[in-house]
Amino acid sequence: MRAQPRDTGREEAALEASLAAVWSSRPGLLGWLTTVDHKAIGRRYIVTAFLFLALGGVLALLMRWQLAQPEGRLLGPDRYNQVFTMHGTTMMFLFAVPVMEAMGVYLVPLMVGTRNIAFPRLNAFSYWVYLFGGALLWIAFLLDMAPDVGWFAYVPLAGPQYGPGKRADIWAQMITFTEVSALAVAVGLVVTVFKQRAPGMSLDRIPLFVWAMLVTSFVVILAMPSIVLASTALILDRLVGTQFFNPAAGGDVLLWQHLFWFFGHPEVYIIFIPAVGMVSTILATFCRRPVFGYLAMVLALVGTGLLAFGLWVHHMFTTGLPRLGESFFTASSMAIAVPSGLQIFCWLATLWGARPRLTVPMLYVLAFLFTFVLGGMTGVMVASVPLDTQLHDSFFVVAHFHYVLVGGAVFPLLGAIHYWYPKLTGRLMEERLGRWAWGLVFGGFNLAFFPMHLLGLWGMPRRVYTYPPELPWGGLNLFSSLSAALLAAGFLLFFWNAWRSARHGEAAGPDPWGAGTLEWATSSPPPPWNFTRIPVVEGADPLRDSPDALKVAAGLRLDRRELLLTSVMAAEPEARESSPRDSVWPLLAAIATTAMLIWSIFTPWAVVWGAIPVAATLIFWFWPRGTPEDES
Amino acid sequence: MNGAAQSALAPGGAEAAAILSLFWPVTALLGAIWLAVLLVLALGLWRRPGAAPRRAGLAVGAATAGTVLVVIGLTLASYLVTRPLSAAAEAPLVVQVQGRQWWWQVTYPAEGDAPGFTTANELRLPLGRPVRLELAAADVIHSFWVPNLAGKQDMIPGRDNALLLTPRQAGIFRAQCAEFCGMQHARMALPVVVQPAAEFARWRAGQAAPAAAEALAVAGRQVFESRQCSACHTVRGSEAAGSTGPDLTHLASRETLGAGLLPMTRGALAAWTADPQTLKPGNNMPLVPLTADELQALTEFLALLR
Repeated sequence: MRAQPRDTGREEAALEASLAAVWSSRPGLLGWLTTVDHKAIGRRYIVTAFLFLALGGVLALLMRWQLAQPEGRLLGPDRYNQVFTMHGTTMMFLFAVPVMEAMGVYLVPLMVGTRNIAFPRLNAFSYWVYLFGGALLWIAFLLDMAPDVGWFAYVPLAGPQYGPGKRADIWAQMITFTEVSALAVAVGLVVTVFKQRAPGMSLDRIPLFVWAMLVTSFVVILAMPSIVLASTALILDRLVGTQFFNPAAGGDVLLWQHLFWFFGHPEVYIIFIPAVGMVSTILATFCRRPVFGYLAMVLALVGTGLLAFGLWVHHMFTTGLPRLGESFFTASSMAIAVPSGLQIFCWLATLWGARPRLTVPMLYVLAFLFTFVLGGMTGVMVASVPLDTQLHDSFFVVAHFHYVLVGGAVFPLLGAIHYWYPKLTGRLMEERLGRWAWGLVFGGFNLAFFPMHLLGLWGMPRRVYTYPPELPWGGLNLFSSLSAALLAAGFLLFFWNAWRSARHGEAAGPDPWGAGTLEWATSSPPPPWNFTRIPVVEGADPLRDSPDALKVAAGLRLDRRELLLTSVMAAEPEARESSPRDSVWPLLAAIATTAMLIWSIFTPWAVVWGAIPVAATLIFWFWPRGTPEDES
Repeated sequence: MNGAAQSALAPGGAEAAAILSLFWPVTALLGAIWLAVLLVLALGLWRRPGAAPRRAGLAVGAATAGTVLVVIGLTLASYLVTRPLSAAAEAPLVVQVQGRQWWWQVTYPAEGDAPGFTTANELRLPLGRPVRLELAAADVIHSFWVPNLAGKQDMIPGRDNALLLTPRQAGIFRAQCAEFCGMQHARMALPVVVQPAAEFARWRAGQAAPAAAEALAVAGRQVFESRQCSACHTVRGSEAAGSTGPDLTHLASRETLGAGLLPMTRGALAAWTADPQTLKPGNNMPLVPLTADELQALTEFLALLR
């Protein structure tokens, strides 16, 4: 704790001892399996997601190797189609969305000054379900049973008639796993932000990253039902012969696309909005001033979240929808440039004359601005119906969305990892290695992906496993593939740095950057109870507003895990609530759920019989143990 | 085939030209905005340290208002370019193109005196005349894209789509399926031959006729009719009347074999007939075991289908 002027050292030690007694998890494997500490869950969520990033990256390298020259022979069509499907599915569902939520799981409770996330057991359950879903997909890939219908799984190709075997079922069921885990995290984050903020952290004092995670969580809650509906209908079509998507039986092929993109486009913002929060946090710290235009930034975040639901049709401009209707979606798609532009202008104003320290996180922010703005510009181009009829499903689009997703989300994420690494591990990441990795990632990315704009304009379609030598695509493809090796080298260096610094990095102390938000008010890494005393917030930048002594609230019981609940708007203390203890039931419930979901790929009766163990584990999970939930 | 036969940047048709005329100014404008953002970023980093800029609020507001104007302008510009692209032309040539895993069925309905006929894997269009392509799909979703002539349009089971285009330049362009459609999505191309009206009319008359008499006279015809070939393929004038595979009546007159896979040569015909699964793994044509004599006779027959 940075400063506790009212506590003597001895009292502090006694307090920490009693907090440790109720908040610590058991040592050993059992403790690891049963913990509900948001930091432990968040950390393993982040590590798992980066593991999937590495796996997805290896697939990307396989594709680049295959396409480096015409008539490449590394992969046959069947394998290649599995590989690009796995790449997209892994990156979107197993890396990008989970890693952003994981950052929220780790950071949001710390940033709002509470001791654990809301519904911590649900949070643990969410991680296990995510892990098992990812394992299902990758084991299927190793068994040569991976989905080969694209990460978007368009029907009828993914339907019962043209997608034989279990490949598309595995894709659809993996989606169910990620839906469940994403929704579970989103609900926990919303409640944490609304009800568990430190006293005094009124709505206008919430850190921008927390705002971003709040908006993201709402987008998750509103977008996921659409994909739940779509993937359930697909499974039913495949498993029990419903005809949702069969035009011969009155079904509709485009219904799938509407449902998928009504989820799929907001999905992009589920990935991007947290990145906005990361960029804002890093800028505020290294520019040593708050981000310019707090209210504008918050409104832009909310506006982006709302607009995200109004532009799914721009993925369907070539399906033959009415032209006037399409023009509406051109307008709404371009309109998203307004909140995004507003955010960029606010960041530029923040940077103006601030002479920021160009640490690795800041370098990633600069790389983000360079790359994301370019991706935004090509986004405006593909929003235009006539231009999109040429650009859609070509390599131009591959370039565009990698610019917005890698430039717009992965660069800020890498910056955020460097930035919060000391909080997670207690040590700093090595700066010189970090700069080299940054240079390779930034340079390699742009060299690998910029030429794809041109390839698309030259007529190269997406998702082709090869191309004939008489088309003039060989040179740029080779250049792109060689550059991809640079990008991969950068990531390797980043991973090496993260691995090595965990043991040999410089000790960080509670607040190595001189930052202003609450997560830096506790030790690095924080104790299981996060804050020995709950901080009281009196401004938007609590640590900078009161650098010497942070006010604290007292009165929480020490004989059980207890949190302070505060009001939604003004964050006035309302009640003390007990926070659940460690439990093995979330893990067992996740195992039962996994068994039911995988079994149901093979027979519909699995839903009947498989529901029994799920119900049993849930009953034990929620068995009342006679503790009152909260005391006002 | 030249290097620009499949490029949105080398328009040979009115629609592709209209889109390109929107593409370049938009690219220039957006490129300039991107550079301006980077310039402001660089200036902001170089500036001497100081407090936040005095008129930052005004600057941010003005830049946001500018963004709104650009967005409105580009929306209107797209709409204005889109409108003529979907306007009905007078008396267009109608051609029905159906996407299949992984080839194209092309049907020219009867028009005036000219009888209708069905062919495959090659589209021929008269220079300068508006064309209405009626696009359909037999199995999964495909997308028809010949970037030199027009933007793409999806072919969707259960829906009727159309694409209007007017070729302005003679030559051979290359269309390629643009919607992932399964195993051989990469090998689903279509030569699009634009030729002067008189040449097109001659071609059309030739295609409508039954197979060449000299082809029907050779021994390979019996191989074709008696082995599995005729179950899927049609050769008008013979007993082969299958409909699940491409119509082969004038196979040898086409530019390519296997939906853009190989140039049309006798060697290619022999290789494809002998082992289609090695050349295009997963395609729906099975390997039919043939003796060397049968293969030779069959190849002769196919090469005569001009």
